[in-house]
Amino acid sequence: MAERYSSFTPGGTGWFLQRITAAFLVVVLAFHFFLLHFVNHAYEVTFLATQARMENVGYFLTMVLFLITAAFHGVNGVYNALVNQGLQGTQKKVVLAVLVVAALALVAQGTYVALAMAGMI
Amino acid sequence: MSQSYNRGLIEDFGRWKEFSAGMWAWIFHKFTGWMLIGYLFTHIAVLSTSLGAAGNASAIQAETDVYTTTLQGLEGLFLVRLLEVGLLAVAVFHILNGLRLLMVDLGVGLEAQDKSFYASLVLTGAITVASVPTFLSGVSL
Repeated sequence: MAERYSSFTPGGTGWFLQRITAAFLVVVLAFHFFLLHFVNHAYEVTFLATQARMENVGYFLTMVLFLITAAFHGVNGVYNALVNQGLQGTQKKVVLAVLVVAALALVAQGTYVALAMAGMI
Repeated sequence: MSQSYNRGLIEDFGRWKEFSAGMWAWIFHKFTGWMLIGYLFTHIAVLSTSLGAAGNASAIQAETDVYTTTLQGLEGLFLVRLLEVGLLAVAVFHILNGLRLLMVDLGVGLEAQDKSFYASLVLTGAITVASVPTFLSGVSL
C-alpha cells in the first residue's frame, strides 16, 4: 500500500474544497503569470494598461474569483497544516478565527482595489 | 485507494535522514504554500496603490500616477526581479506537485509517486531556468 502524506483527511469537506479550488487555480494562476510576465512584462505595467484589462467584465470577474479562490485555498491549507501538526482546543478556534478574518479582509481589500482599477469607484 | 498510517511527526526535522520522497514532497508543498499565501497578502498591499492612482486622469495618461511609479520602481530593482524568479519557482512547484497530490488522492499511478516528485522538481528547475532571461530583462545590479 502506498504511503500517503497530506494535511487533509481524504473525502472531508476541507479536502474536497481544497481540490476544487486547486483545479481552478492551476489554470488561472498559469494564465495570470503568463499574461503579466510573458505576453506583457511586469516592468512595463501601468495603471492605464491595468485599467484597460480590468474594464473587460470577463477579465474583472476572473480576477476577483481568482482572489477569492486563492485566499480560501491558502487559508484552508494553512489551517489544515496547523491542525495536522497538533493544534487543538481554544488555540485551534482562535487560529481559525484569525485566519477567517484575515482572508475576509484580504478579499474585501482586493475587491476594492479591483473596482478602483476598473474605474467603478 | 491509498491509506494513511502512523508515520510520526513529519515536522520533526531531526528525523530528516528517515524522510522518503513522499515526505519531502509534502514538506516542500507546505513550504511553497506558505510562501504563496504570504505573497498574496503582499501583492494586494502593493496593488492597493491603485486606490491613490484612480481618478487622477492626467497622471494616469502621463504614466506618473502612484501605482505606475511604485510598480515600475520595484521592477527596477534587481533584488525584486530575483525574488520574482523565486516566486515563479515556488508557484510552478506548488502547481506540479499539487497535480501529483491529486493523482495520489485519486489512487492514480501510486507506484510512481516518488518518480513523479522527482519529475516535479526537474520540471520546476527547467521552467525556472528557461524563464530567467524574461524575468531579468532590462535590469542590472
